[in-house]
Amino acid sequence: MTPSASAPKGALLDVEGLSILIKDKRGDVRAVDDVSFSVAAGETLAIVGESGAGKSLTALALMRLLPKTLGVEAKRITLAGQDLTSPSELDIRKVRGSVMAMIFQDPLSALNPVLTVERQLVEAIRLHETISRTDARARALELLDMVRIPAASARLGEYPHRLSGGMRQRVMIAMALAGRPKLILADEPTTALDVTISGQILDLLKELQRDLGLGMLFITHDLHVVRSVAHRVAVMYSGRVVESGSVADVFERPRHPYTEGLIQARPHGSFVTDGHRLREIAGTVPVPAARPPGCAFEPRCVRAEADCRQVVPPLVREAGTPRSLACFHPLQQEQYA
Amino acid sequence: MLRRVLLSPAGFVGLLLLLMIVGMALSAGYFFPKGPWALVARPYMWPGQRPGLLFGTDSLGRDILAAIFYGSRVSLIVGLVATVCALAVGITVGSIAGYFGRGVDAVLMRITDAFQTIPGFLFAIVLVSILSPSVTNIVIAIAVVSWPPVARLTRAEVLRVRETEYVQSCKIIGMSTPRIILTQVLPNSLSPVIVVAAVLVATAIITEAGLSFLGLGDPNVMSWGTLINVGRPSIRSTWFICVLPGLFVVMTVLALNLLGDAINDALNPHFRKR
Amino acid sequence: MNRHLLNYLGWRLLQSLVVITIVVIGSFMLLHLVPGDMVDVLGGQRGDMDAELMATLRTRYGLDQPMLVQLFNYVTGVLQGDLGYSFRNSNTVLSLVLQRLPATILLVVCSVAVAVFIGTLAGVFAARHVHRPIDVIISMVVLVFYATPVFMTGLGLVIIFSVKLKLLPVGGLITPGVDMTTLQLVGDVAQHLILPVLSLSLFYIAIYARLARASMLQVLNQDYIRTAYAKGLGTSHVIIGHALRNALLPVVTMVGLQIAELFGGAVLTETIFSLPGVGRLAYDSVFERDYPLILGVLLVCSFVIILVNLIIDLIYTLLDPRVEVSR
Repeated sequence: MTPSASAPKGALLDVEGLSILIKDKRGDVRAVDDVSFSVAAGETLAIVGESGAGKSLTALALMRLLPKTLGVEAKRITLAGQDLTSPSELDIRKVRGSVMAMIFQDPLSALNPVLTVERQLVEAIRLHETISRTDARARALELLDMVRIPAASARLGEYPHRLSGGMRQRVMIAMALAGRPKLILADEPTTALDVTISGQILDLLKELQRDLGLGMLFITHDLHVVRSVAHRVAVMYSGRVVESGSVADVFERPRHPYTEGLIQARPHGSFVTDGHRLREIAGTVPVPAARPPGCAFEPRCVRAEADCRQVVPPLVREAGTPRSLACFHPLQQEQYA
Repeated sequence: MLRRVLLSPAGFVGLLLLLMIVGMALSAGYFFPKGPWALVARPYMWPGQRPGLLFGTDSLGRDILAAIFYGSRVSLIVGLVATVCALAVGITVGSIAGYFGRGVDAVLMRITDAFQTIPGFLFAIVLVSILSPSVTNIVIAIAVVSWPPVARLTRAEVLRVRETEYVQSCKIIGMSTPRIILTQVLPNSLSPVIVVAAVLVATAIITEAGLSFLGLGDPNVMSWGTLINVGRPSIRSTWFICVLPGLFVVMTVLALNLLGDAINDALNPHFRKR
Repeated sequence: MNRHLLNYLGWRLLQSLVVITIVVIGSFMLLHLVPGDMVDVLGGQRGDMDAELMATLRTRYGLDQPMLVQLFNYVTGVLQGDLGYSFRNSNTVLSLVLQRLPATILLVVCSVAVAVFIGTLAGVFAARHVHRPIDVIISMVVLVFYATPVFMTGLGLVIIFSVKLKLLPVGGLITPGVDMTTLQLVGDVAQHLILPVLSLSLFYIAIYARLARASMLQVLNQDYIRTAYAKGLGTSHVIIGHALRNALLPVVTMVGLQIAELFGGAVLTETIFSLPGVGRLAYDSVFERDYPLILGVLLVCSFVIILVNLIIDLIYTLLDPRVEVSR
């Protein structure tokens, strides 16, 4: 097996051969198929792709928060030296919030509507640290300061519905930081927010990540966001990683036809989540059950040839570079340059 | 729609039970030509004590099985007619309140509140005792106490439908208000009301039985509640006189609830995937 | 408590006052639906009144006044606590009803508490084991409870517990003619209440179990439950600390909607178990044709129900901080 996306030695998170199975009477379907990646401490890896590509499922699978109808298989998952390939319920509970924490897309629905900010923060703090209620409150204030919430002590008593969208997401981030995690899984944390607020939240995340030396797995469909927050990027298509490498490298010289299509479609901004709007790439993302036998992108690919239809191209590390690619007929660098 | 109801186990069992009760109501005259009041044997005979008297006799020596057969007629008729009346009043009030909104809505809804504030069964007792106990008055009393939930539900649905584009465009082309309500709003807001109808019939049957049980039933009509009332003084010994008709009340209500659930599932298929 | 909340509660209070007024007017109209008036009843009872005396009495009670004046007198009377006079019982309606009210309130409150507690417990348990055998069994039992009328449950319990097993008292609220300490008294009353409360609450246990199961299933699918797990909380903490309170909200609303129905059911329960409550009073007065007394019961019950609904509103606003925006 080829380790993908330039895994630095002693990566914080190392995932190899992760698959997510939709259990079905007529045979399981792989929603995510044999995905590998790693994240180092102090590094942000963005997973980018259209909706239905399996990005969010991947993050939820790491946390083991998928509904019971979905199965998770992996060759190897290690997090901060701990083996999490098939963790017990207790093991994963100890890891959740304290080693890796998650930030969700819609902070209004992700926060409990009937509990105050204080209750929800203090609960997260006291779950991972034995400290008194008063100390926990002080720490909660400290966390709210950290995420730049003005007049923090007044906010503690508020309920989520009384806060603005950006404020809610800051509370979510504060909650994620409560257990002093090493890795943050951010699942489209700015999608539900408007543009100016989303910029502020991105800046905050970048800053926290740098100051606290966090590893971050950032899931997004927005190339602009990838450019602004991530060090490395993995492009997902129909449940598989098709290309990965450093953000600058991949964006300057995309080699997979799909990556190129993405960048062509919206060179500067975001592309909308559904495939229909991608004018430059005809067709839509196949659902996992209707994936072609070969390369999943083959039916939409102008460069496809006979071999693409028969075998799934493996993700291969390019010699001497930190890039990986899953394509039999990639774009040549000079073609794009 | 009917197929989906029949295919669900709840709908099938419910419909089967209900058909059985309807069969009993229709065949009562054929099986028991002497009627429910005829004295056929010694009083207080236990079920099966004498062949031909499957359910025994009551305190006057009347055939309990015959009374149950005839009682099913009363329960079904009272249940159905009271429900139809309650639906008519509730739908009218609810659609007027929902469609016109503002002052009309406020007045009608406070009146609905007032009706919902009075304990329904107690209210029914008062009405029947003031109006004198007869099947008609019992139906009226039950309808009077059971329309408010229908009105609320209809109003909520009408409020939703009123804002839809097709109703707005009817207004723009100048259709008259009653016509919009009757042809556009109501047909699109009644499906949750249909689901409630099954439960309303069940509640009406329970209320009728409860009134008869208290001795407020129509004295000229044999109903399940009447029989339960007759059996109450001797409940310590011959408890079957109460329990047998009671079981039929439970069975009928169960059948209607099952059917209501099945109709609900058939109308909202996405809820079943849970 | 903030301004929005106070506004909301003030609005509810105002609505309640309007509803009370409508109920009082309705009660007046019902009283006039009765053939004959109070003086006719009195005359029928005494049998020795001549037309002149009856006319004098009518003038004295204002029964010769125009309808609207009578209505005004009635409403102002009710507002001052004058619900009329029961000639059969030679006492004011208000004091008769108030004597009997505590037993009914005790019965209804205990039944609601039992129904909410057992119903929610069963519903949450079923939701936690959804589609497993235990869930199916609970659903079936609930379906049967749901179809059993209050008087059938009552009669069934009487037959089983007090006639066959002879375990519990069949009637009354207190064992008569025995000197008891306060503690013994409480125990005695509790023993007398077990069967009535059980028979009144069984149907509502079924309703709340159904409701709690459905609402728990819905809540468990919410994003904030996933967030709670993501924090590292265990299942029982998530259920009790995060899901239960949200799942209880529809149950609380339902209690408010059904409190009136419970008072209606109390008539049957009190009759079966001979409890000295207002339901029993109404039942007796129906057969004595004592209409002012029946309507008095109806009015007082409505007042109590409106009051309970206001309290439930208050509880709801404490449980769900979002009401201020939904209003």
